[in-house]
Amino acid sequence: MQRHLISAADLTRDDAVLILDTAEEMARVADRPIKKLPTLRGRTIVNLFFEDSTRTRISFEAAEKRLSADVINFTAKGSSVSKGESLKDTAQTLEAMGVDAVVIRHGASGAPYRLANSGWIDAVVVNAGDGTHQHPTQALLDAFTMRRRLIGPDAGLGQDLDGKRITLVGDVLHSRVARSNVDLLHTLGAEVTLVAPPTLLPVGIETWPCEVSYDLDSTLPKSDAVMMLRVQRERMNAAFFPTEREYSRRYGLDGDRMARMPEHAIVMHPGPMVRGMEITAEVADSDRCTVVEQVANGVSIRMAVLYLLLGGNEPAVTHPRTEEK
Amino acid sequence: MSKILIRGAKVLGGEPQDVLIDGGTIAAVGAGLSAGGAEVVEADGKVLLPGLVDLHTHLREPGREDSETVLTGTRAAASGGYTTVFAMANTFPVADTAGVVEQVWRLGQEHGYCDVQPIGAVTVGLEGKKLAELGAMHESAAGVTVFSDDGKCVHDAVIMRRALEYVKAFGGVVAQHAQEPRLTEGAEMNEGIVSAELGLGGWPAVAEESIIARDVLLADHVGSRVHICHLSTAGSVEIVRWAKSRGIAVTAEVTPHHLLLTDELVRTYNPVYKVNPPLRTERDVMALREALADGTIDIVATDHAPHPHEDKDCEWAAAAMGMVGLETALSVVQETMVDTGLLDWAGVADRMSVKPAQIGQATGHGRPVSAGEPANLTLVDTAYRGLVEPAGFASRSRNTPYEGRELPGRVTHTWLRGKATLVDGKLT
Repeated sequence: MQRHLISAADLTRDDAVLILDTAEEMARVADRPIKKLPTLRGRTIVNLFFEDSTRTRISFEAAEKRLSADVINFTAKGSSVSKGESLKDTAQTLEAMGVDAVVIRHGASGAPYRLANSGWIDAVVVNAGDGTHQHPTQALLDAFTMRRRLIGPDAGLGQDLDGKRITLVGDVLHSRVARSNVDLLHTLGAEVTLVAPPTLLPVGIETWPCEVSYDLDSTLPKSDAVMMLRVQRERMNAAFFPTEREYSRRYGLDGDRMARMPEHAIVMHPGPMVRGMEITAEVADSDRCTVVEQVANGVSIRMAVLYLLLGGNEPAVTHPRTEEK
Repeated sequence: MSKILIRGAKVLGGEPQDVLIDGGTIAAVGAGLSAGGAEVVEADGKVLLPGLVDLHTHLREPGREDSETVLTGTRAAASGGYTTVFAMANTFPVADTAGVVEQVWRLGQEHGYCDVQPIGAVTVGLEGKKLAELGAMHESAAGVTVFSDDGKCVHDAVIMRRALEYVKAFGGVVAQHAQEPRLTEGAEMNEGIVSAELGLGGWPAVAEESIIARDVLLADHVGSRVHICHLSTAGSVEIVRWAKSRGIAVTAEVTPHHLLLTDELVRTYNPVYKVNPPLRTERDVMALREALADGTIDIVATDHAPHPHEDKDCEWAAAAMGMVGLETALSVVQETMVDTGLLDWAGVADRMSVKPAQIGQATGHGRPVSAGEPANLTLVDTAYRGLVEPAGFASRSRNTPYEGRELPGRVTHTWLRGKATLVDGKLT
């Protein structure tokens, strides 16, 4: 595995399976009365968030705390960044305080890559979402959710997603989740189809390792998982689609459409959902929808990633198990 | 001013000859000229060209002296073999009045490294709304003949039409920065395969091409000439080729970086590759080279755009657009055009000196290397190959995309009206 986690495309199949398997171990920790491992005791992780994202930050924070790391939360609002401090100076300031890893969320595509590759700092960099580029831990938690649901928590160990048919629907153009998922799912052997109005697909998509369709209804019966991407209402004003209602009619997932999916197929959403836009309440609240599960899995995946990047050779779970006795 | 004998120089890449400079003028060109009392420069097979002329330079003064001044910019120009640079109008304040253009022109005269010909803004404040006093700038001491809102596009079709028409009265030319503003909102790099992967805002080729198409049709309609700045796409080449075949008075420039670099480099997210117009694809690069060779594109212009280190040492979105180019232009042209067999040295002289001087009406520049002509000359060691080392730049800024890259060719001497501004690679 590479030293940093910047893009889902940087992961090999074996890297990804190792992360999923490790996350499975981490998930078991969550079922115990004491949900904490000493693995990263004495290590300091900063959550460097230049964009508001309560759920991702909290998920990382929970993961870090369960691994016993010392956690510093840094949000750009009200900080020196809002007074014009550069990314470089902010990062160097934090590293001078003895930070081992930087979890960064930034509105500019490539900011985590720059942080990891410009010689500014030595710390491990984990991308928690950059612009419209990548969100690799989201893709990992999505793959983890698919493997658990479509293969099984135990049966899935050591397995990839070979031959699984995954459909992503919505604003692909502005979605780092879509980019990360296409990369990772392809690496894991899944067959990916993207469905969106042509305005919300990027020019240049033809080289992506996936299929592209404008027609949701014909894709649904051939899907093992359908992931709905959030569509911001503001896109309407930039003429990406005529009205919210037309978008919903053509690309939203409601009960009727869900009924066209195979019985075992699941509905996913990275959150936050825009109910009534890309997904109806009926679908969001159904048993087939994994939104809440994805949140729980997010903590396990982030524990696994931080453990593998920072934990070195110490076994993750075996040790603490004996300690707990 | 003393006499100088340049001995054994390949004039425009031809057979070695001697060139005698007397005062500001070339006194004689021929074999076995006697030195007399002249200082002798052994050219030893180096190539002698007319002093280079850059129709597109950002000198940043007034306003951004932290990135470049007229002094540092003209020293960089002399280092790169230039004897004239046209200074773009997007300074602070904008060069949209006679006062500002005269100041820039005068600074160039005082420093004496290179003639500085200011370009006047087309519209007040580069805002695209109201014509600047083009006539006043033309009549000023600076004698402005080239007008451009470079950095911004004159996007309003009526304003562009009026500007094209108005400057006919005094033989001016409008140099258009072709960028349709609505199609490039949030644009950060060429729109295509790489931007789709990197999640950077796409800058479609059509944003450039649609403006060029409009402007050649406008120029045709009103019988004016139009110059297209930094043409960057294969489609733009096709439009200019078509316009020229119809007899429309259009000229076009290409930058050295668009002849060499592609958007694949953006994968590093290193803002040293962030430039306007953006780096395009390999297919575009090849089309631009071919167009420069066949004359569809008339000239090479650097778009030398200095920026301080902090404006590039950051994330892509926050970075400034632009690259320095004066000190590497000739090397890049040798690499992409001469060493590939697309252009000989006479062709380089035409594209980098003769034609830009004609388009900008730079009197005394871009002239033949022959007796009686002004001694604006550049001597190039074309056998040299070396790594680009920004630390040695005369420019105040270091934002070059070529750091550590091996390039051929090195300018060893530059003469401005017989006065050496560069000797053995060192500024005088």
